[in-house]
Amino acid sequence: MSALELRPRNSTYLFLAVVVAQLVLISAQVTTKTGAPILQAIAFGIVSEVQLAGSAVVRAAVGFWTGYVDLRGLRDENERLRGELGQARIALQQERALAQRSRNLEQLLDLRSRIALDTTAADVIAAGATPEFRTITIGKGTQAGLRPDMAVISPAGVVGRVIVPSARAAKVQLLIDRNAAAGALIERSRAQGVAVGTGDSVRLEYVSGSADIQVGDTVITSGIDGIYPKGFVIGRVDHVERSGGAYAGIAVRPAVDFSSLEEVLVVLTPAVPDAAPAGATP
Amino acid sequence: MKLLGALGALALALVLQTTLAQLMVRGTAALDLVLVVVVYIALSSGPTTGLIAGAVAGLAQDALSSGILGIGGLAKTVVGFMIGIVASQFIVVRALPRFVVFVAATVLHAVVFMGLYELLGLRHFGRPYSGVLSQGLANAVVGIVAFQMIEFVPGALQRRAADRGRVTRRLS
Repeated sequence: MSALELRPRNSTYLFLAVVVAQLVLISAQVTTKTGAPILQAIAFGIVSEVQLAGSAVVRAAVGFWTGYVDLRGLRDENERLRGELGQARIALQQERALAQRSRNLEQLLDLRSRIALDTTAADVIAAGATPEFRTITIGKGTQAGLRPDMAVISPAGVVGRVIVPSARAAKVQLLIDRNAAAGALIERSRAQGVAVGTGDSVRLEYVSGSADIQVGDTVITSGIDGIYPKGFVIGRVDHVERSGGAYAGIAVRPAVDFSSLEEVLVVLTPAVPDAAPAGATP
Repeated sequence: MKLLGALGALALALVLQTTLAQLMVRGTAALDLVLVVVVYIALSSGPTTGLIAGAVAGLAQDALSSGILGIGGLAKTVVGFMIGIVASQFIVVRALPRFVVFVAATVLHAVVFMGLYELLGLRHFGRPYSGVLSQGLANAVVGIVAFQMIEFVPGALQRRAADRGRVTRRLS
């Protein structure tokens, strides 16, 4: 029987052939529960599994490719939309700025119509270079008729005065500057004094210690300094200190927000001083 | 000559199996003489002869039974080939390794045979563990005895014949 022995590989082939042959023989005799021959059912089962696997692979590849293409499209679209959004935001900010500017100009025009003074509107083009000197630069100068010591006002109240005009710009000393001062009075009680800048606020000086002054009283320009027209709002009394001396210490909260000034009016008509209070040196 | 001997052994096993080995253990034949012969051929002749012997014997058994033609043949083909591989890779000449091989061959045959029937839904065997195990033990015992007889008897007969010759020569 050793003559029947083959090489291992051939023996394996023979084994597989015999097994397959007997499987075919079995399948020819057996039917499945559905009535189909077992060989057909097995073959179909194998082929269908291959089909399913192939279909799954194709679906996965198509899905991956579609997703990749969509993703690329989405990325491009996203970049485009981001650009458009950025442009829209910029445009919106420009529109808001224009609207705000229009409102400011309306207020200025309204102020201008209410006062019987010759004024000119100017843009604030720069703030002060050093924090020790509270100044701003406006976009009009001597070409627009600006001269030193012209009052600068805004719809909220007194801003300051022109100190150095150039041809097309002017430096304005704010009322809160330590070297600034303006004739002032309490609107309710008509008590007079001098509004002096403290660097970040305003203090009312030279007001009699017995004067009728209350917190919240409105402080307006008195017009006696020859710079600021009479009746413009400086601020409101924030704190009153009566130490028993000749003068009361009065802290004033400025009506103007000096940090957000954009447009101002320059009073071209010189103010006519009523009377010069003692110690007031604007 | 050996091929004829193998075929004769298979035929004898088939006859004995169909006439004498009717004892059943839980639905499983207590002894499968055809399987014993297939294992013997595979152990002594290798995988090719083993698978052929298994295929022929199994198909013959299937043809004589009411089962599906090919299932028994497939089972014994697998057993013949696998045991032939084992015999070509390991030295299986002592009683204990042979015992293990016979038991393992019986289990492998049962797995393939009963597994195919269960898989195709043609027959249910329940839990045939004890039947298969007892058949494995019986096959192993018969197989080892057969091996001993086949390997011992010819030598003994030759020695006996030789002894008779020496006595005759001395007497003459």
